[in-house]
Amino acid sequence: MRIHLAGVFVNDQQKALRFYTETLGFQLKHNIPLGEFAWITVVSPEDPEGTEFLLEPDNHPAVRPFVDAIVADGIPSTSFAVDDVQAEYERLQAEGVHFVQPPTDLGPVITAVLDDTCGNLIQIQEQKPQP
Amino acid sequence: MDVYRAIADPTRRAILDELVDRSGQSLFELCARLTMKHGINSSRQAIAQHLGVLEAAGLIRTRRVGRSKLHWFQGAPLKAIAERWPISTDERDT
Repeated sequence: MRIHLAGVFVNDQQKALRFYTETLGFQLKHNIPLGEFAWITVVSPEDPEGTEFLLEPDNHPAVRPFVDAIVADGIPSTSFAVDDVQAEYERLQAEGVHFVQPPTDLGPVITAVLDDTCGNLIQIQEQKPQP
Repeated sequence: MDVYRAIADPTRRAILDELVDRSGQSLFELCARLTMKHGINSSRQAIAQHLGVLEAAGLIRTRRVGRSKLHWFQGAPLKAIAERWPISTDERDT
């Protein structure tokens, strides 16, 4: 068994598509209209055949209270791997991205947390080389 | 909640250490720091209870920033300890 799909609920799919592609730098994989909404997935340009990331509409009534509650406690909806958290932090800040947690050294990992502008907090994480 | 009970617990002291290191943290960030830097694997609910004790003692304050609740260290209640048992001048000389 493999993980081929993960994702987040977003409050605006088109805005999310722009943020995840133009700002974060992922690539559009699928954009299939489904009535009012669409099946939109993105992939990493470093792994275009890899795990797809779904930008799922948040129209189910349970989603907003759930996401609001985890955001209130600062809990990210998901985490992306990067080679250099500090470099991504500087690049994305220059693009106007708001970070709720600046790069933080936690020992084996360095993490930072950003706001995806579509309802979610997203963690980026750099694995430090094992000594 | 008096300040002595609040700082009697090592987890609560670690929470204050981390809030001194960076002001304005969410519950998530605090829990990550406690786990990774202090080896404290308490649940988020347990840490939230500790935060409640610290807030009742006036050692932290909380404020909603954007959509998240953040926590700050407040040292003022600790002044009472130094005032109650001041360091005498002759002690400094020894």
